[in-house]
Formats: sequence, C-alpha cells, structure tokens
Amino acid sequence: MLKIKDLKVTVNGKEILSGINLEVKAGEVHAIMGPNGSGKTTLASTLAGKDFMEVTHGSITYLGKNLLEMTPEERAWEGIFLGFQYPIEIPGVSMVNFMKTSVNEGRKHKGLEPLSAGDFLKFMRERSELIEFDSKLTNRSVNEGFSGGEKKRNEIFQMALLEPRLAILDETDSGLDIDALKIVANGVNRLKTKDTATLVITHYQRLLDYIIPDFVHVLYDGRIVRSGSKDLAMKLEDKGYEWIRSYVNGQDK
Amino acid sequence: MQDVIEINKFLETQFKLNEDRLLSVSTGFIGNLRKEAIHNFIGMGLPDRKNESYKYTPLTSAFGTEYSLQLMPSNINLNVDDIFTCDVPNLKTRLEIILNGFYFSSEKSLMKLANGIIIGSMAEAWQKYPDLISQYYSKFADYKNFSLVALNTAFAMDGLFVYLPKGTDLGDPIQVVNLPMTGMDTMLHYRNLIIMEDDSRGEIIVCDHTLSPFRFLTNSVTEIFAGKNTHFHFSRVQNEHLNSNLITNLFINQEANSHVTTTNISLHGGFIRNNIHVTLNDEGCENNTYGLFFGDREQHVDNFVFIDHAKPNCFSRQLFKGILDDKATGAFNGRILVRKDAQKTNAFQTNNNILLSDEAKMNSKPQLEIYADDVKCSHGATTGQLDENALFYLQSRGIPRSEARLLMLTAFVYEVIDKINILPLKERISHLVEKRLRGELSRCNNCSMNCNQIQSA
Repeated sequence: MLKIKDLKVTVNGKEILSGINLEVKAGEVHAIMGPNGSGKTTLASTLAGKDFMEVTHGSITYLGKNLLEMTPEERAWEGIFLGFQYPIEIPGVSMVNFMKTSVNEGRKHKGLEPLSAGDFLKFMRERSELIEFDSKLTNRSVNEGFSGGEKKRNEIFQMALLEPRLAILDETDSGLDIDALKIVANGVNRLKTKDTATLVITHYQRLLDYIIPDFVHVLYDGRIVRSGSKDLAMKLEDKGYEWIRSYVNGQDK
Repeated sequence: MQDVIEINKFLETQFKLNEDRLLSVSTGFIGNLRKEAIHNFIGMGLPDRKNESYKYTPLTSAFGTEYSLQLMPSNINLNVDDIFTCDVPNLKTRLEIILNGFYFSSEKSLMKLANGIIIGSMAEAWQKYPDLISQYYSKFADYKNFSLVALNTAFAMDGLFVYLPKGTDLGDPIQVVNLPMTGMDTMLHYRNLIIMEDDSRGEIIVCDHTLSPFRFLTNSVTEIFAGKNTHFHFSRVQNEHLNSNLITNLFINQEANSHVTTTNISLHGGFIRNNIHVTLNDEGCENNTYGLFFGDREQHVDNFVFIDHAKPNCFSRQLFKGILDDKATGAFNGRILVRKDAQKTNAFQTNNNILLSDEAKMNSKPQLEIYADDVKCSHGATTGQLDENALFYLQSRGIPRSEARLLMLTAFVYEVIDKINILPLKERISHLVEKRLRGELSRCNNCSMNCNQIQSA
C-alpha cells in the first residue's frame, strides 16, 4: 500500500529525515517509536502533504501512485488520514458543517451523490456510537474549547466518518488518561479491516497494549534504526531510549 | 479636478447656479438651513488629508469629477418591478424607492396610517409637517462641524421621512432601496429623517444599489431620533459597482432606555465611507453598531464610528469585521467618548480584519476617551491572514483549499451576520456574502440593466 524509499526531508533548511525506508501492506499495523525530535511528526506531516516539509530525496508510493505529487486533499480522497498530534481549533466552523463538507467532498471524488443533511446526521450518529464519541461535541465549533482528550477523540471520530485506507495516528495517546486511551484504541481497532493499514506514532509502549502492532520501528535522528515485532516495543519500554542511543553509537564504532 | 480647493469652488458655484431651484422648493426653515449650511461648507471645505478623520480616505478622487447635480426628480417612466426586484424570500416589507435621491412612488408620496404613522417623501413632509420636522431636522446631523453634512443639508431635495408616534409599532420593516440611475456622471444628496417617539418600535432595511454604469457620488444623511423605551433596528446593505462613491452619514440620538442596533454590510462598491455618530443622551440606553465589509481590486471601505456616552448607565458595543483582497484598502476608526458624569458606562469595541493578499491594506484605529472613573471599556483590533495550520487541517480532511478558505472566511464573518435579527434577511445576506467570497458578483443579481461590463473596465 505504502512504500517509502530513502526519504530525506528538510524543514526550514534543516534535515529532519535522513533516509527513511518503510513498507506498509494492507491489513498491517505499524508502530513508529522514537524520542522527541527524532522526526516522527515530520514523517506524519510529509505523508499528509504539509507544504513546508521539503522533500529533497527519495520517493513515496501509495497505491502505486506518486504520493508526493498529490495535494493534501487528494491524499485524503485516496484514503490517507492523519490524526493530528495537536488538532487545530477553528472558531466559527461547526463540526457538523466541517464533517459534512469533508465526507461529501470525498463522495464527490468517488462519483457518489452527496449525502443529504438528514442522511449525514444519521451516518454521524452511527459512527459516533461506534467509537463512543459524545455527539454533543458535534454541535460545537471544530475543536474549540475541547479538552485535550476530547480533541484526540474527535480525531478518531473524523477517522470513523472518513473510513480511511491508511490511518496515520500522530501521538494520539499523548495527553490521554487510561480510560480515554482505551476508548481511542477501541475505536481504532473497530475501524480496522483487512484492506486498511494503520501507522501508529507514539512515544510510549502503553498504547501498543491496546492497538497491537505487527511491526515496530524505532526512529532515531531521522532514520529507522531498528525494526522488529511487538517485543521491540517492550524492550524499549524496559530499557528506555538511552538503550537505542548506545545501540546506535555502538553500531557507529 | 484633483485639487480640493478646486472641488470646493465647484460645489460652491453649483449652489449659486441652482440657488433659486434649491430655495423654491423649501419652506422657510429648510431654505434658511440651506443658506447657513452652504455658508458653513464654504468656510470648512471638504476634509483634506490633514484632517485626522480622513487620513486614510482622501476625498479628492471621489469628488474629482465634474458631476451633474440631481436637483429634479427623474422623469423616468419606471416600473420598478421590471428592473428591480429585491428578493428576500419570505420577507414581508414595505418597499420604498429613492430614485436618484428623490422619493419615488406611483401612488401617494406621503402616507398617514390609521395609527398615525407617517411614511413617505421628505420633501413633501417639509411642506406638510413643518412644525414636527423642525423639532428634529438637522438637530443631530451636525452641519456646523462636518462639512459633508453641511453639503448634504445645502443640496438634499428629498429622501425618506418616517414618523412613529408614541407607543406605535411599525410592523413589517420598511425596506428603502436607493437607486441611482442616470445617463451621466451624477452627484446625489438625499436626506432621511426617522422620528421615533417614546415606546415605539420599528425596523428599517436600506439597500444601496446602482442601476446604470455611470460614475456616481452619493452623500446621504440619515437622522434617527429614538425616544424613551424605543426599539429600533437599522440594517444597510451596500452593493454598488466599481464606479460608485458612497458616503453615508448616520446620526442617532438615543433617549432613556432606548435600544438601537445598526448593521452595516458593505458588500461591493468602488469607494465607501460610512460615518456613524451615536449619542446616548440619557440613562439606560443600549447601542449596538455592527459592520462587515469586503474589498477587492482597488476598492476602498472606511467605517468611522463615534459613540458618545453622554449620560451614565449606558451600554454600547461595536463589532466590525473586514476582508480585503488584491489591492483593496480599508479603514476603521472607532471612537468612544465617555463623558465625565457618564459613570457605570459599558463600552466595548472590536475590529477584526483578514487580508488575503500582500498588497491589501487596513488601518484600524481605536480611540477611547474616558473622563469618568467608574466604567468598563475595552477595545481590540486584529489584522491578520488566514491560519495556514487550520487550512491544512481542513485540506487533510479532503476539503479543497478553495473551499477550506471559504469555510473559514464564512466562519469569520458569521459573527456579524448572526446579529441581524430578521431571519429571511440574515439568510439572504449569508447567501450574498458567500457569493461575494466566491468571487461571483453579488450585486445586481436581480437587475435587468446590464451594467456589468463596467466591472471589468
């Protein structure tokens, strides 16, 4: 589904990603872990198409297409979804209007009729129940005045409405208490099918107790320095990122 | 004419040339006012750039044409329905037309309703109700200190007169449509007076249009007297072509416990300057002054607001929002004066602007002058661009950038549109604003005169 080859990305002239290689197939869950500043969010933003990420080298192929030539909205239409680490507040734009526009733009792209207001509200209700999202929040402006936990759950709610093929969750666990974490993880698991893939970006192993990854990659200094099974996450949790640091340095010697 | 002295001379000459005509149609006190006003105008002249209030809005380009003055009602065999239908669905209004500055009616030009409400031609009211009018006319519109008001007082021949006696309710809103429609470059002055006696209530909607592709300069004055316990809403939609120059002067005097809300929406026009003066003349008044403006190409929109808290325990709120694109320029000047004995004043002011291009320019100037010591006042002004992070967020959900932009701009302006309390009008204005933001021409949708060519000129 997704093939990243020797990807180098600079932000404001500084190289943040220095040659990422990653392949994600349908049905898989990949976890990307790494300390602060290792490039996790840059990778997520690059996949979603944020424009101040400058790709200097390498390629990203998604469903056989060159992802880097697509606008953010085209990526969304093709099924890419980014759950933001810091969801944006947009005063005055109601959640309902936002998501109705969003869903119907996606339908337009697929050649489907837009959902009527009534049908959309019904669909929204079903989806909010599926992932245990408080539908009262849909009456408010996008993320405005939402608590940290509500914002993260709102990301999963949007994901439930858009039904993406490839979901990239950028530190969706940060700022969540254990109950909220479980609800978010349950939501992600319920939305998973054999045709979809998930890229979970996280600091901690904690989330991976609930969203079980098939592969774990450790991002360090703009490179994936280790890949492995779920056990790698356990080992990281156990030994800390210091272990990776010495591992990388040891390799250098 | 590029020089302000030359323009002043031109206007003075025009008065002299037309003095007989101007004085012949006016009763004694109106005629005397004209003479006094032109004298004042000659003394003051047009405000130039040294005048702080016109620093960002030079008047020389607006006035710099040898306009013909419209001093006679147009002899147009006009069937209003043929050329203009202002369709606000589900909105029942009493439609009044001001054609080239003159009250236009195929029937009676001054109506007295059963409950004593009078609606109709200003010129006719001068003749018919001089005693009533002389109590209010030019009492609020300060022709001694504002030369544009003096100019209007000297030249205005007609306009709309509304009188609500004590305790009356206007019922269906009055919708005033101003239609400049001549075959040459024309300067127009018209004059409205709205008298609301104690405990009355009413609503007026004004639509400024242009119906022929010539250059117009309109300098209008509206005086509103809101008596005790009155409730009044005044909405104005300005939707003219690029060759239009529109100056409005609105003077509102509020008495005890009166509530007045004005909403001014400048959708489209070449040059727009709105002067709004509010005097809270007794305790317990509430005034809301809202505005929304749009500019693109080389358009200019300036709102100048002055709220005079003359007495204690009054509340005022100003909210102005603007969106400027291309090389458009805008200005906002909001002055709040809290006089020495106006204790317990609450006065708030907000001006937020979005610039969509690097070349658009906005000057925002809040001015608070407070001489009382027990007051709550605030002001805030922001001018910025659309939040790129928010645009990306919307795009990442599959909303194309252009739509995302529209969604955010619509959200930005909604706060002002939401203040319009007539639902069908609110919906209509939302629709026009959306068209405006999409770059579709929103003016003249319902006009069969095809003066669109001038838009691209």
